[in-house]
Amino acid sequence: MTMIAKGTWVEIERVLLKPEERAPNLPEDTRSTPYVLRISGFLQEDAELGAEVTVRSLIGHDHAGQLKVVNPSYNHSFGATVAELLTIGAKA
Amino acid sequence: MSAPVLDQSYAAVMARKNEIMKASLGIDFADFIQSPIAFDYERMMRETGYSLEEVARIQAGAKVGNTPLHELTNLTEAVRAFAGPGKGATILVKDEAANAGGSFKARRASISAFEARKKGYLGVATATSGNYGAAVASQAAMRGLKCIVLQEVFDSRGVGQPEIIEKSRACEAYGAEVQRLSVGPELFYQLLITLERTGFFNASLYTPFGIRGVETLGVEVAEQVRKRYGKDPDAVVITHAGGGNLTGTARGLLAAGCTGARIVACSVDLGGLHMASDHDFNRKSFTTGHTGFGVPFATWPDRVDVPRNAARSLRYMDEYQLVTQGEVFYVTELLTKLEGLERGPAGNTSLTAAVTLARQMDRDQIVVVQETEYTGAGKHHNRQLSFARENGIEVRVGDPRENVPGRTIVIPERLEQVRGMVQDMDKLRASYLRNAAKVLPAAQWSQGDYQFLAEDLKQDADWVRRAALDLD
Repeated sequence: MTMIAKGTWVEIERVLLKPEERAPNLPEDTRSTPYVLRISGFLQEDAELGAEVTVRSLIGHDHAGQLKVVNPSYNHSFGATVAELLTIGAKA
Repeated sequence: MSAPVLDQSYAAVMARKNEIMKASLGIDFADFIQSPIAFDYERMMRETGYSLEEVARIQAGAKVGNTPLHELTNLTEAVRAFAGPGKGATILVKDEAANAGGSFKARRASISAFEARKKGYLGVATATSGNYGAAVASQAAMRGLKCIVLQEVFDSRGVGQPEIIEKSRACEAYGAEVQRLSVGPELFYQLLITLERTGFFNASLYTPFGIRGVETLGVEVAEQVRKRYGKDPDAVVITHAGGGNLTGTARGLLAAGCTGARIVACSVDLGGLHMASDHDFNRKSFTTGHTGFGVPFATWPDRVDVPRNAARSLRYMDEYQLVTQGEVFYVTELLTKLEGLERGPAGNTSLTAAVTLARQMDRDQIVVVQETEYTGAGKHHNRQLSFARENGIEVRVGDPRENVPGRTIVIPERLEQVRGMVQDMDKLRASYLRNAAKVLPAAQWSQGDYQFLAEDLKQDADWVRRAALDLD
């Protein structure tokens, strides 16, 4: 596996609450899943994907979790064109 | 960051709620609480330590407020084309997207950030999946404060709501730490842990600071309408979720002496979808301004991250309209095409209700839509509709009355099909009283409790006594 260098911008994941530790009165579908945190930061030690690591966030706070993504990016978009919108208010 | 190691279980953290809140806000709510039901709301609002003038001054120095008020001439004409004779009020919109951070939420964030700085906190934290996160991050950036935003972003498949992903991006762009969380009300649990560990200020949406910050919006609406039209607005439509937008705006209008304007709440109808459901999470095309927040917060405001909520919508609300997701997307597209103004769909919820109101109101009357929000990738009606399709929701053109939240989004064919749906206010008030009775049985309500409930429901104490008799 490739070693990810210390200082790389990464995303980690950590289970905050296991299903049995979650809040009472949750709907069934939610209760059966863990409560999960994802956070991005600078990797604090060389590590492989999947390793337990520490990252330092943009405000300098340290968070522990499993290394999931290298150089996490935002690729949200405007989505596939919804043609039904195009004719609304059109002058054609 | 070096707090003693405390029990981090859900129950233990929730049990420390009051002490964490007190330390993170510098407000002792016990000062204002009179009974399990009643508290001195007006004194709590007064004792924020900021006058309306000071709030306006703070905001002016923080790139907030004095946003333009536009007359939507073409949309008004389009409504008049099918409204009855003499009908079709002028529609105005307050372009709140012009605030730093891109929404009216900057008004709330600006006062919290100012307060945090003044009291010497190193940073601010907030739990919100809405525009408020970007607003707090933006205000924190300019005040030199660290900022943490906690957001409910993704379901158990790891799929994020596009609108909330955009808000994560915006918060990080302003230099905030963003904690992205899976679906669940434990967002509040994680906020408590974060506040406890960091000692940061709780930039809650529901503190007196947050609500006082919105009052300037109401004042500006009154002043701008008077200056341009020589009279007061006849109705002000306000997108309603947690209640702060409505409460702050209405208080501002009243402070400006504008007592005649009808205060109309509006939410997107998401009836039938469970807000804490992992499965339903990505079947919603709106992440706020919907009934999943609007109804529970109206009928019991004190369900929030502070002991007593400064946002109390039924205190000020005259009417409550529901609109469908498809209607809002249609009107959002129309605003773009007819008025040359591209804004985010959530902010256009109240614009959709304004179409219905304008149609019923006289031509010489004025209806004000008091906000817009920024738009962009993810936070756009085209993305919400394409995302709905990806999640198995039927999207089609037709009669919006065939809308089924979580199953079918119907985009109207014509503007006249945008009709909204009026809620029964007395039913909402009765629901509020039932919730109050869960806190303290009605048989134990004191004179003071009745007085408080009457004020909280914009009714008199006799109305509350009669309604209390009908409770289950």
